[in-house]
Amino acid sequence: MTQQSLTQRLANPTRFMELSGWILPWLAAAAAALIAYALYLAFFVAPPDYQQGETVKIMFIHVPAAWLGMMGYALIAVSSFGYLVFRHPLADVSAKAAAPIGAAFAFLALATGSLWGKPMWGTYWVWDARLTSMLILLFLYLGLMALRSAIEDDALAGKLCAVLGLVGVSILPIIKFSVDWWNTLHQPASVIRMDGPTIHSDLLWPLLFSAVGFSLLFFALHMKGMRNEVLRRRLESLTMAEVDRARTIPSASAAAE
Amino acid sequence: MDLGPHAAFIWASYAIYGLVLAALVVWLIWDGSRLKAKLADLEARGVTRRSQRAATPPRGS
Repeated sequence: MTQQSLTQRLANPTRFMELSGWILPWLAAAAAALIAYALYLAFFVAPPDYQQGETVKIMFIHVPAAWLGMMGYALIAVSSFGYLVFRHPLADVSAKAAAPIGAAFAFLALATGSLWGKPMWGTYWVWDARLTSMLILLFLYLGLMALRSAIEDDALAGKLCAVLGLVGVSILPIIKFSVDWWNTLHQPASVIRMDGPTIHSDLLWPLLFSAVGFSLLFFALHMKGMRNEVLRRRLESLTMAEVDRARTIPSASAAAE
Repeated sequence: MDLGPHAAFIWASYAIYGLVLAALVVWLIWDGSRLKAKLADLEARGVTRRSQRAATPPRGS
């Protein structure tokens, strides 16, 4: 008997369905509990910012959305690499499932940022480096989804989307460092910094709880999306099997006559 | 709860967030249920995967 690595065993679609079926309810419950606690901290504990007043409450959802919008694309890039190099179908399933979820969070980062920008900057939108690069990320997500749905052959669609997923990952450092490389209206990083966060702990903790809660939600949604995609592929192969069976039965009966 | 002069922007942000994420959750659950129902229908008609056929002893044995 050959020894399978842990990754190979976990990457088996049947094993994945068993394991994810057990993990998913707990993950969803943990996400809901943490998000509820983060919302309580945001609305009933966190003080208003000395400059931005109560609008700082938008930060508790805007920042996690931006992080998760970027993380979703990083996940697509890692999955794409796994699909192109190791040819494992679950890697393609992961990349496909992450696209709509990442797109939703990228959209939410742009929408909430716009609603935060109007009272703080006086405008909903400016073509500055951070906002524009985030918009390009959203278009990359939409492009990936459009490309996949435009190609009927699943294997070819998977390969082409994996290539685009890997090429597109170059947008992530551009988004991250855009506020340092260019003179932008968007404020520089204030949490993930070499010298530590510059936000007061009263605002930082609700933000971190919110980020962890929405990250768990992201993983729960991604797991559900992957489960759906595995079911979709099973359904396609069963449908093909039925079509083949329907074709062979008349020809077999004709041969018997 | 007094959210100051910009309360509308704060509520609008949270409302959009809730709507988009709720739509995503509902879509994923609906899609999963639809696929499971179709799979169950095919399997009820005797269409099975090769791995299932190999695991199931032939009828009459």
